[in-house]
Amino acid sequence: MATPLKLKELSKKPDLLTHGHRMCAGCGAPIVVKMVLMASEYPLVASNATGCLEVSTCISEYTAWKIPWIHSAFENAAATISGVETMYRAWKKKGKITEKVKFIAFGGDGGTYDIGFQSLSGAMERGHDMVYICYDNGAYMNTGIQRSSATPRGADTTTSPVGSVVLGKIQRRKDLTRIMAAHNIPYVAQASPSHWLDLMKKVRKALDVDGPAFINILSPCNRGWRSKTDDAIALSKLAVETCYWPLYEIENGVTRITFKPKEKKPLEEFLKPQGRFKHMFAPGNEHLLKQLQEDIDMEWERLNKESSTEK
Amino acid sequence: MPKPVAVTGNEAVANALRQVNPDVCAAYPITPQTDMMQRFASFVSNGQVDTEIILVESEHSAMSACIGAAAAGGRVITATSSQGLALMWEMLFIAAGDSLPIIMPVVNRALSAPLNIHGDHSDAMGARDSGWIQLWSENAQEAYDNTIQAFRIGEHPEIRLPVMINMDGFIISHSIETMEYLEDEVVKSFVGEYQDAYPLLDLKKPKSYGPLILPDLYHEYKRLQHEIMGRVKNVVLNVAEEFEKISGRKYGLFETYRLEDAEVALVILGSAAGTAKDVVDAVRDKGIKAGLLKPRLFRPFPYEEVAQALEHLKAVCVMDRADSFGGYGPVFLEVSSALYQNGKGPALINKIYGLGGRDFLPEHAEAVFNELNEIASGGSIKTIKEYIGVRQ
Amino acid sequence: MKKWNELVPGAIILDAGNAVQFKTGSWRAFRPQWTEENCIHCLFCWIYCPDMAVKTEDGKMTGFDYDYCKGCGICARECPGKKGKKAIVMVEEGK
Repeated sequence: MATPLKLKELSKKPDLLTHGHRMCAGCGAPIVVKMVLMASEYPLVASNATGCLEVSTCISEYTAWKIPWIHSAFENAAATISGVETMYRAWKKKGKITEKVKFIAFGGDGGTYDIGFQSLSGAMERGHDMVYICYDNGAYMNTGIQRSSATPRGADTTTSPVGSVVLGKIQRRKDLTRIMAAHNIPYVAQASPSHWLDLMKKVRKALDVDGPAFINILSPCNRGWRSKTDDAIALSKLAVETCYWPLYEIENGVTRITFKPKEKKPLEEFLKPQGRFKHMFAPGNEHLLKQLQEDIDMEWERLNKESSTEK
Repeated sequence: MPKPVAVTGNEAVANALRQVNPDVCAAYPITPQTDMMQRFASFVSNGQVDTEIILVESEHSAMSACIGAAAAGGRVITATSSQGLALMWEMLFIAAGDSLPIIMPVVNRALSAPLNIHGDHSDAMGARDSGWIQLWSENAQEAYDNTIQAFRIGEHPEIRLPVMINMDGFIISHSIETMEYLEDEVVKSFVGEYQDAYPLLDLKKPKSYGPLILPDLYHEYKRLQHEIMGRVKNVVLNVAEEFEKISGRKYGLFETYRLEDAEVALVILGSAAGTAKDVVDAVRDKGIKAGLLKPRLFRPFPYEEVAQALEHLKAVCVMDRADSFGGYGPVFLEVSSALYQNGKGPALINKIYGLGGRDFLPEHAEAVFNELNEIASGGSIKTIKEYIGVRQ
Repeated sequence: MKKWNELVPGAIILDAGNAVQFKTGSWRAFRPQWTEENCIHCLFCWIYCPDMAVKTEDGKMTGFDYDYCKGCGICARECPGKKGKKAIVMVEEGK
């Protein structure tokens, strides 16, 4: 029997990512990872791209991982886990292993959208039985908040700094979730730690798939977002309610929005608590806000058109 | 009993890999390795091996998948050439640093730019500091034999390191030569079952591979890697001794040819050593006391043994099929270091030859022997490092 | 610290979850304070804690593990409390 997705029941399960890890206070990533691991009813083996999560959870002879875990480099979490999964299949065929095991790769947006994009695309196309989890905090946080292709338009980062001529990141975000869906893999989803039940349900679906799955999970970073240490959940909730980060899934090609806010909140509510968007509220920069709102609206509209009627 | 067959080097090595029957193979095509992995893929398609093959989207992913698969706990192979090896560069160090015995034939080819698909040693020489064991082959037979021995060397419990089996692109990979296969069963029992010490797939004992190590420990880990490399020579010799029993073919750290009573010699890697041996015979007929040393184990480099083998000579030319621009050729650097530490030894010169598939001809070797003979007879060294076989 | 010949080749860590030996509680500037009578045991503090520093027993909140709590304050922020009174508040360390 699967553990019911109720906090009371889930709290009885052992932590597969232990305390003693060294992520910053209030980081979203360990919240995401603990939810992912907790949702699983299968034994797991994980790979991890180089990044905050990796350097902070497995450092200097200490590991916070209670499951078999491998990090090899930045751009290859997908290829690395595809090797582990293939060895598993080879051994299963030979009867050297009998248990049903599932494989997860964790990568930040830098390791997933950018440098690890090819490795991810290749692994998805090859059809390995794996779930790729991107914890998307919208910049290269580990190296000091440089812009990535996941950085939202307008954001102030250390390589898209707000200056007298250039006002933060010029380009629109890459829509990786859609790109993954274009791989025609069985399961693709977008989730947020604020909506833990939705997130865990998606993880369960992704793990139950016999083949590749991808989940893009928003992961607030108070250092990079220039926000407070206690607002990871509040901000990820606002991201969902403003439709900055829509919650949806694409199961065997069918798109479904899994959470529709009763009232779409103005984007400002998500942006305002974050120092990386501060300049967008300065007089004369209204066009930046307008442009980002338009980006979000266009995506939300498209998603609504594409999605089947809600359950 | 084994019968002589006429095969290409790629076919010979593909068959060695078939006989070993590894758990996982990751492959990405590149000339001149392609034909080897195509053959292996057909073994998979026809059920001649139990191997699970991963047809990756790049060599970087090939080596990454090999690392994952080897950490998982089984026997893993891949093969590459040139740009492919260059693209793997980052992962080569990780395979060695993680102590993963991945076996990889490298069909040696020149590096871009300019683009060139033909044989030279620039690819593998660029990877010489990666922590991989490197074996070098003169012909299809040696490539086959080295491939089989590589599993025993790399997987040895005291070693657990990845091994590169080098063979010259086209000259070995695509030329048909006569060689002998061992029986399938003989190879199977020679390589045995591989038992990994730290399999990631052992769910009862979860492990973490690839931690962040800070300055307080990194230096110690590298010292340990240095120590393990130091054990390789003995293992190579022991495996060679056992291999001789099943094959009748003798292998060492290097091969010497008419070196004992020689006054001048070439140090030369790979297929060109075959041509050079003929020239040794020819110039001996003309009164030059010539000999040859052909390294087999290039990493770790057997400094003391090479120095002892060369110390009695008067003049030696180290032949490099790769250049270290702004430096001497890579083999020359090693031989010089070996002889300097030895305290005595021959005069040394360095020739760069055969880049990008340029033929190495007997007259090239003969000219070098003539030059060495002059140096041995009291002449001075005119140029330490020089390109030969080049239009002037 | 270990000597080079005491290390596992390949830097493989064999003791899963040994990060528990590394205490992060000293990072804290503010500490969460729990008032049991205001607690409805919703466990939001537990599920949202990035540091696995909320203790539970049989599905109920029982307190904080101050050896690991970094004092981010997410638990207090997300705490719904009871009748308008929070069960978790942040107080400055040393006060």
